Amino acid sequence: MRAFIATRLAQTVLVVFLSLTAVFLMVRLSGDPVLLFMPMDIQAKDVNEYRQRLGFNDPLIVQYGRFVKGAVRGDFGESLRYRRDAFGLVLERLPATLLLAGTAIVLTLAIAVPLGIVTAVRRDSAIDHVGTVLTVLGQATPGFWLGLMLMYLFAVQLRWLPTGGIGGLSHLVMPSIVLAAFYAARVARLTRSALLEALGEDYVLTARAKGLAEPRVVAKHALRNSAIPIVTLAGLEAGQLLGGAVITETIFAWPGLGRLTVQALLNRDFPVVMAAVWFTSIVYTLANLVVDLAYGWLDPRVRQRS
Amino acid sequence: MKKFLGLILTLGVIVVALAAPWLAPADPFATDFTSGLKPPGSPGHPFGTDQLGRDLLARVLFGARVALFIGVCTVLVTALVGGALGLVAGFVERWPSTVIMRLADVQLSFPFILLALTINAIVGLGLRNIIVSLSAAGWVVYARVVRSEVLSVKEREYVQAAAALGVGQLRLLLRHVLPNVAPSIIVVASLQFSQFVVAEAAISFLGFGVQPPTPAWGSMLSESRDFLYVAWWLAAFPGAALALTALGVNLVGDWLRDSLDPKLRV
Repeated sequence: MRAFIATRLAQTVLVVFLSLTAVFLMVRLSGDPVLLFMPMDIQAKDVNEYRQRLGFNDPLIVQYGRFVKGAVRGDFGESLRYRRDAFGLVLERLPATLLLAGTAIVLTLAIAVPLGIVTAVRRDSAIDHVGTVLTVLGQATPGFWLGLMLMYLFAVQLRWLPTGGIGGLSHLVMPSIVLAAFYAARVARLTRSALLEALGEDYVLTARAKGLAEPRVVAKHALRNSAIPIVTLAGLEAGQLLGGAVITETIFAWPGLGRLTVQALLNRDFPVVMAAVWFTSIVYTLANLVVDLAYGWLDPRVRQRS
Repeated sequence: MKKFLGLILTLGVIVVALAAPWLAPADPFATDFTSGLKPPGSPGHPFGTDQLGRDLLARVLFGARVALFIGVCTVLVTALVGGALGLVAGFVERWPSTVIMRLADVQLSFPFILLALTINAIVGLGLRNIIVSLSAAGWVVYARVVRSEVLSVKEREYVQAAAALGVGQLRLLLRHVLPNVAPSIIVVASLQFSQFVVAEAAISFLGFGVQPPTPAWGSMLSESRDFLYVAWWLAAFPGAALALTALGVNLVGDWLRDSLDPKLRV
């Protein structure tokens, strides 16, 4: 197990470093950031002076070295728009994203896992058919459309909820429902099919044959054995959510990481883009690592093998 | 039942996309400032009109063309590039495999939509660039699936036998390995298709991707936000078209997966 953790940690560090390089290349190869941020009537010599001052005239490899040195200390330079530390801006947005992501994850699991279990145990019943329709629709409905429609109904027509922004509990309702609708549909479908597969295995037959009560068979024998794919998907989704829900945050004007990233991209505010994208990729990679480590805890065979 | 619904919806969208010029009641670009924001059911405008007096039904119908065109192109590019890289990574192993798979790991450390969005903001706006960005973000899935399939297929007896008979490497790859990997590629393609169509709409919605006045569902939804208080139909119809397309393709994808590759069943 220790070797397994060590290998996965080393891989994670490598991937995080390579993704930093990818972020640098993506942004630096996209053109001259100085020109994009200068007034239209600027003189060529002034542009050059800016370029010199911001270090864009140095060879790419020198810029890369400087970038990496700064990045590991959380220094991505100043936001071109806000004239403030870019990484600081990212961290400032973190609590809002954590609040929304946390709510959405809790909501997702609270809906999806019971729904998946019930539809698997009561296979081909009315509730299974209703559940299937709901999950298929949930997966196909684009979140930003669902968001607009809920906004029209609950904010414009009924005036029950605010259209956007952050504040009390009422601000949290629509964005977290929009996020949970899509993710819960996926988790519920996967829970259903994983559980159905496990229920067909011999060890379930054995458990039933020895007279174990059905709830115990499902909870203890079948569910635990179908946990790996469910944990994998839930972990990936949590990673995506913690990195900032780009679209949902934008629709509901939620001041989180996702909205910051979109605005920075629209403004071509590259220090903020780099800081936000890299931060997201670290969170996402760490979520993957946690999922992998959870395998060892869920499945003794994984521990044995490594 | 699910299969038929999926096929009907998918075929419906394809027919609409192909026949848009004949089905549309008006030119999707023709503005008429005297009849802006007319509600659905107005004479001559079954879905109503937008803020510039353009016929919404015509724009939704033509939107199917944009969505399907982008979806089909992206799926073809990602299947070819990702599939080829997966074949090489699985067949050659050693350093090509390491390089391709590390690259895949790095890409998978970014959420798909964020990566596609960032690449799109960098390469620029428009129809061609949205295909480029979605493809650059989407090839990884094929590479991974195809590589793991190739690794198992090439150990099978008929491949080993062919190799023992002196069949060349390239021929071995194309005649014996590829046909056995093809079903997985088709399944992944069908599952990726709706993801690409929805991602394109989302990116266009955020103001990147396809730009107005091109009738793309995502940018139509984006414009509709300014009129949500007065014209719900501007948001309702393009979004419903997008959701029905995604629903149809998802159902077809589920059916293909169940019949072609039971191993991938989710």
